[in-house]
Amino acid sequence: MHSNFTSNLQTKEITIEAGRTEKQYWRDLWDYRELFFFLAWRDILVRYKQTVIGILWALLRPLLTMLVLTIVFGKWAKMPSEGVPYPILVFAAMLPWQFFANSLTGASNSLITNTNLISKVYFPRLIIPTSTVVSNLVDFLISMAILFALMVWYDFWPTWRFISLPVLILIANFAALGAGLWISALNVKYRDFRYIVPFIVQFGLYVSPVGFSSSVVPEKWRLLYSLNPMVGVIDGFRWAIMGKDTLIFAPGFILSIILVILLFIYGIKYFRNTERTFADVI
Amino acid sequence: MPDTIIQVDNLGKKYLIQHQTRERYQALRDVLSKNAVTFAKHVIRPLTREQKEDRQEEFWALKGVNFEVQQGDVIGVIGRNGAGKSTLLKLISRITEPSTGRIRIKGRVASLLEVGTGFHPELSGRENIFLNGAILGMRKAEIKRKFDEIVAFAEVEKFLDTPVKRYSSGMYVRLAFAVAAHLEPEILLVDEVLAVGDEAFQKKCLGKMSEVAHEGRTVLYVSHNMGAINNLCQKAIVLGKGQIIHHGKAGDAIRFYLRNLNEHHMEEEQTGVVSFREDNTKPIQLLKIGLKSNSSDEFRSVFEYQDTPLVHMSFDLRESNPDYYAVIFIQDIYGHMIFFTADDDLKASSLTKLDPGKYCYQAQLPSHLFKPGQYYLTVSLTKKHKTAGPIDRHDSILTFHITDNKSNRSVKNGYRKIAIVAPEIPWELI
Repeated sequence: MHSNFTSNLQTKEITIEAGRTEKQYWRDLWDYRELFFFLAWRDILVRYKQTVIGILWALLRPLLTMLVLTIVFGKWAKMPSEGVPYPILVFAAMLPWQFFANSLTGASNSLITNTNLISKVYFPRLIIPTSTVVSNLVDFLISMAILFALMVWYDFWPTWRFISLPVLILIANFAALGAGLWISALNVKYRDFRYIVPFIVQFGLYVSPVGFSSSVVPEKWRLLYSLNPMVGVIDGFRWAIMGKDTLIFAPGFILSIILVILLFIYGIKYFRNTERTFADVI
Repeated sequence: MPDTIIQVDNLGKKYLIQHQTRERYQALRDVLSKNAVTFAKHVIRPLTREQKEDRQEEFWALKGVNFEVQQGDVIGVIGRNGAGKSTLLKLISRITEPSTGRIRIKGRVASLLEVGTGFHPELSGRENIFLNGAILGMRKAEIKRKFDEIVAFAEVEKFLDTPVKRYSSGMYVRLAFAVAAHLEPEILLVDEVLAVGDEAFQKKCLGKMSEVAHEGRTVLYVSHNMGAINNLCQKAIVLGKGQIIHHGKAGDAIRFYLRNLNEHHMEEEQTGVVSFREDNTKPIQLLKIGLKSNSSDEFRSVFEYQDTPLVHMSFDLRESNPDYYAVIFIQDIYGHMIFFTADDDLKASSLTKLDPGKYCYQAQLPSHLFKPGQYYLTVSLTKKHKTAGPIDRHDSILTFHITDNKSNRSVKNGYRKIAIVAPEIPWELI
């Protein structure tokens, strides 16, 4: 043991200074990768332990939301369904939307709920909101199972486009992370920001094409509509899941993806800039 | 030749203190409204220059700190509350960033500023060992390897799969410390965490600490317990107002610290009483502490060997809590703890059933016990089942003297130098 750590001595030397170097940070992030999984594991464990209905809740929430949206938009408002059963149209959009909404809510509170960690131990703070986002993938997978069940029920078979889903999931992750990092950092600085997040989420459900297809938006407004990065993500999911003759509005999709990437970069940058003062202000 | 493992150059940490607002964080609402007001002023009177509101004040928690630590050193860090001890550990452990200067570190650092950081009440003991281990910087494989050892040290075998919210506070603290005790960093930073748990467990922790020290690990240890510093550390740093005021052998540093405290307390020394400014953020707070004798009603700091000193402590209880209790202890100038007493020694603490309000405690110290000399009294209002520090603690807040010009013993110079106390022991032939 003794020899073990003396050999380590030569390998690890760090310098702590005001405005510490970027390189060191990313190396630390790699060194603490296990903590990242542990925190995600904790969040998942606690979520399913704490609520008696646990997994049932994860099933019920998307199902009920889907039911309401189908009735309101599909049955009453008679929105076009692009030749697929309306529940599948809704559910294909709810997969990324719910993931985004839950991640955003979770990530924005994550730093505050982990105050004791931040003020008592060091690790790259990026781990906290990121692990929260990743832990939401479990709910995402449960929703995925519901989608499969729906597809079996409606005897609806996916096309080869389905294999592009992992890439789209990754994009949804970037969108959730970008916004989540940014808002979580803002939440530490301005504590009343937490009142804004539920509003963004609620508002977003209606301005994003969750309950309806984005094809109902007039052609000339489509590009403007795609300024909402979730529009591109949702359209991508629909394109992959619904297959057949679902078309994607390419310029809008590309614009959305560019915005997601910009949001992601900005989120990390903002987070990194404010991170150094977290322990002092939290 | 020993290796320099930590090198600290011109280290400083500045905090901005916001006046008026007590919170450290801001509300967006306030920022927006303030900006709106400024904007409105500009619109109404565009030519007048805005007077800058001076609401922020700089405060240097640490300034110009330089020192070196060699590999294998066990260094005590001592100083009064607010001297910068915790800030120093937070900087070395990278929890917060320095404002000036630099620290160079060779090796893995683990900080133990609190026991049970990140414990989740819903998770089982087993799950918490892994979680807490990872938070403290252990690898999964490392935790697995030491798992049995940790469980044995904590003595919680039977409750491994019970959520820790069902643990007794003793078990909780034992488990938390056990995880921390099995860290194998090259550098260990410890902040007063040993002051939790029962006495037997504290002994076990101190034992583990000295074991760590003998393994050649480098330890920085913050404590108010001069006895522990004296036992564990070869060297010590004394911090005062954010600067190093003494650096040397542990024994010398302790004496320096206590002498320095004494000079700080010149004022109180004459009166034997100290008052505190009210701080509403504390759920229970000491307002005034003083010493009286049973013969007069005035505060004083000089007592005869035969006197019975009475400690009067006024406090404000703002939130009732059945877990609160009060503690005082007395140390001599060498840091020996003469005795330690809590208000629940003899019966349940009176604080357990008090409604909020202002009260005064009286603790009667023994007569015929202290040998002539100088003593320091520490008082603490604290809470059972705690994992962090006490709520309101004041180290060596009162200094008092015991004199003896009258008794037979004094005339004969009957106080042995090496003895710590001088109780009156009747001798009789039977």
